Amino acid sequence: MTEQLLASLTDGLLLGFVYGLASMGLSLIWGVMRVINLAHGATMVLGMFATYLLFSTFGIHPYVALPIIVVLSLLFGFLVYATAVHRVINAPYLSTLLATFAVNMMIIGIGTAVFTTTPRNVDIPVGRIQAGPVTLLSTRLVATLIAVIVTAGLYLLLYRTRPGKAIRAVANNRAAARLMGISAFRTLALSFGLGTMLAAAAGALIATFFPFTILSGAGYQTKGFVICVLGGLGNPTGALIGGLILGALEGIIPVFMAVNWVPVIEFVLFVLILLVKPSGLLGAR
Amino acid sequence: MKAWRYPAFWLTLGLVAAAGAVVFATRSATLREEMFLLLMFVTLASSLNILLGFTGYVNFGHIVFFGLGGYVGFYLMSQHGWPLWWATLAGGLASALLAWVLGAATLRLRGAYFALATIGVNEAVRAFVNNFRPFGGPTGMSLNFAVYRQYGGPANALWWTFGAMFGLTLLVILISYLVKFSRFGLGLMSIREDEDAAMVLGVRTPNLKTWAFVLSALFPGMVGVLFFFKNGNVEPGDAFRLQMSIEIIVMVMLGGSGTVLGPAIGSAAYERLRGYLLTSPIFKNLHLALAGFLLLIIVLFVPAGLVGWLRNRLPKLRRVLE
Amino acid sequence: MTRAFRVILVLSMLAALALSGCAKATPAPTATQPPKPTSPPAAQPTVAPTPKPTPVTKTVVIGFTSSKTGSQEVPSTGQTRGLELWLEQVNAKGVTLPDGTIVKFEFKTYDDESNKERVQQLYTKLINDDKTNFLISPYSSGLTDAAAVIAEQYGQIMITTGAASDATYKKGYQLVFQLYTPASRYLTGAVDLLAKLDPTAKKIAIVHENDKFSTDVVNAAKAYAESKGYEIVLFEGYDSGTTDFAPFINKIIGAAPDAIMGGGHFADGSTFAKQMYEKQVKVKFIALLVAPPELKFADIGEAAFGIIGPSQWEPQAAYSEASAKAAGIQWYGPSVADFVNAYNAKYGENPAYHAAGGYAAGLILQKAIEDAGSLDTAKVKAALDAMDVLTCYGHVKFDTSAEAHGLQVAHEMVYIQWQKDASGKLVKQVVWPAEGKSADAIYPLSR
Repeated sequence: MTEQLLASLTDGLLLGFVYGLASMGLSLIWGVMRVINLAHGATMVLGMFATYLLFSTFGIHPYVALPIIVVLSLLFGFLVYATAVHRVINAPYLSTLLATFAVNMMIIGIGTAVFTTTPRNVDIPVGRIQAGPVTLLSTRLVATLIAVIVTAGLYLLLYRTRPGKAIRAVANNRAAARLMGISAFRTLALSFGLGTMLAAAAGALIATFFPFTILSGAGYQTKGFVICVLGGLGNPTGALIGGLILGALEGIIPVFMAVNWVPVIEFVLFVLILLVKPSGLLGAR
Repeated sequence: MKAWRYPAFWLTLGLVAAAGAVVFATRSATLREEMFLLLMFVTLASSLNILLGFTGYVNFGHIVFFGLGGYVGFYLMSQHGWPLWWATLAGGLASALLAWVLGAATLRLRGAYFALATIGVNEAVRAFVNNFRPFGGPTGMSLNFAVYRQYGGPANALWWTFGAMFGLTLLVILISYLVKFSRFGLGLMSIREDEDAAMVLGVRTPNLKTWAFVLSALFPGMVGVLFFFKNGNVEPGDAFRLQMSIEIIVMVMLGGSGTVLGPAIGSAAYERLRGYLLTSPIFKNLHLALAGFLLLIIVLFVPAGLVGWLRNRLPKLRRVLE
Repeated sequence: MTRAFRVILVLSMLAALALSGCAKATPAPTATQPPKPTSPPAAQPTVAPTPKPTPVTKTVVIGFTSSKTGSQEVPSTGQTRGLELWLEQVNAKGVTLPDGTIVKFEFKTYDDESNKERVQQLYTKLINDDKTNFLISPYSSGLTDAAAVIAEQYGQIMITTGAASDATYKKGYQLVFQLYTPASRYLTGAVDLLAKLDPTAKKIAIVHENDKFSTDVVNAAKAYAESKGYEIVLFEGYDSGTTDFAPFINKIIGAAPDAIMGGGHFADGSTFAKQMYEKQVKVKFIALLVAPPELKFADIGEAAFGIIGPSQWEPQAAYSEASAKAAGIQWYGPSVADFVNAYNAKYGENPAYHAAGGYAAGLILQKAIEDAGSLDTAKVKAALDAMDVLTCYGHVKFDTSAEAHGLQVAHEMVYIQWQKDASGKLVKQVVWPAEGKSADAIYPLSR
């Protein structure tokens, strides 16, 4: 029992870091611009396919490809913001929900036409560390490490750089930030780009250990909502902790009951937290 | 009760009635199947509109009522031998009951938080039904084929189901108009415009919101029973598809939320367009991308939907379109 | 954004809508044709358009959907290829009816996107617009279940292939006939094989996909294993589309079983096998559904080694005219070698069992039409009810009882295992049943 608990918990936590990374993007976008990005899952899948294509056609190792994907996804995020989101950023929030959903449909639609829905794998050799009952796989460890580095980078960016401070100012009060001479468009585009980048990076990491299809995004996206609410909507660092909580739950619950009860508990918890404390377990900033 | 004074009321009812009448006149099974899906979406969109359009609450989990109602009705038919009519009613009431319980809790949430909660509710119910043995768990339930005999054979059963669907669509349109032009509807719209102001002015917002939610849940529950009766089986994956929820929102937006004619036209147009894109040899592979593109254009440039746009462009039409 | 632009935009959208309306409206004339007499109660199926003696040839339309996209794409493609091979062969000569009419066949098919709603819509369209005479099922139990309702509602015969779930045939259908060995007999052979290999093995863990087919399989396998004195130490399902099997693998390690059985379809089955290998799960015997017999399964490399899987059919199968004679049943169609060679010549690869199943669906329908000497639904149904035949696909005979009409009762599974040939390449070997095996099973798995 303890052995199984230990093994499960480790697996869950390692995955939690990556889920957290993806959800940070969702949380950042919500926190800064009050937009629930329904294209988030599709963006993650784009990250997965980018890794797959770079690996299978050019033989670029996924970890080497990651910086390329980061830059590309940042640009992609700017593009999406400028074309689909900026025009409705001040409209009722249903508009932004639908605008991002439209982007989601386009990504999946074009993706299906190009890649079909066949499952894909990025097959890189996997190392293994055995520590008592716990088996650690190299892919998961590296993914965790990268997730931590990216989080630290984001933190530095938000708190130590000028654009980062602008983002936080806009998140606090868009009108006031504007009066202080901060360009709302540039700042918002940057935050959307960063959010998109986080999603794509998480997708690229997930691609190294799970198979995926162009439709895989939906599941990760709903998980992302749960994580954001656990960690507090609009709080990027909270999202990482939310990811860890979710990972831990997914590790612990199966020890005591059938695995298919996990989603029931997750989503009931999700609704309850929303009802009791909409700002999330950890509260907003 | 002044809905009947509006030309739009007669226009909408007339359109739906004509759609159903064509099917009965031609007795074509293919047309009937197409029209069934079309009327189904009209009903789902119109019922969602009561909450989304009139009250301004975005429900991402509208499909949960379709799924749960369908499950309850199907359970009564397949395990207890209830006839379709009573099972349909029971499915609707079960959904309404769920909405009443949920509404008391979730309708306190505003804006995106409510939208997120509805996603959570849908996923939670789907995951629960997936584990719920009396409803067949992951394999769902199916009807014995002999069931159709009490309706005069499978062919007749399909016609009866279509008839019921047709009646339901007319009913939801009628009720939408009655709500819209009643005191109740006025209260809902005041919530949509400014909930706090409405509260200050003495509108009993919690009550009104809950009843709007219950009313909007009743119809999808009944539709669900009819749909799964026609299918002959029900499974969790088919009953609680989040994607379908979002599609219904798109239909409402396309036609124009807050009007009655809008969702009806929007759902018909969306369903037709989807059908066309799916079977067209040129667009077949890109149907989803094109539908997404169209949606984006509407959201960005025509947020009031088709009916809203017409009203804004042509003031003369305002007396015709509500 | 100028006003004029907006006007143009909306107008063009309206035009697009109108266009789609028109495009859809074009088939409307069919609607005004007198409706096809829809089916009377199931017991007396609709009479399909009977051939007139005047034309010498008559084209029979066979309708089915295939999954060109979606989760069932890989196996569905094999099934369709099998069907197309049959079509090519049968149309070379055609089937001659007693009245001299030569029957040729034609396929009408659509992409169902592995989606149930589409299946029902498309089968309705096939029957009413494309005027099919006979139907063949889509691939997978879930899709077939949805399609079978339509076939039965409109009174058309449907030969199902790629659909093993028992449940479909226990609903009182009269016109649906199953070619696959039903799910309830999918893994029972694996239990027998385990008993033969190691009488001391006692503990089995079952982890399966939560869908109609896999649940049917494992419920039957569990009951069977328990009746043989095995202890089921773990019995759990996972949602379709699951990619992370860590919770199950940890549970399996905790339960320390001798054997693991279960799985579901291709994507999840191969992922499950891969992750078990990565985590070095110590177990002696692994039997998974559907995925192992696929050639693509070898893509997971070392992780595939030693995995056992039930298969409806394999090219090594020992069905022949001689064995038919020995068993006292009728033989029909080409030999196994002829089928494999023809398939290989057409597609450049060996057929997997989905392809054989597709081919057999055509073959059995052809045989039924020949036996009936007619295209009349009731007569062909009677011929199918009476069928008891051995083909290159194996023994085919349908249940005719009221409770499970159309259920396959004669066809048997074979079990394959991924082994290595002399050069170290992964190859499939048949390891069970004993009389049909091409190699001894590797046991226990060494990891």
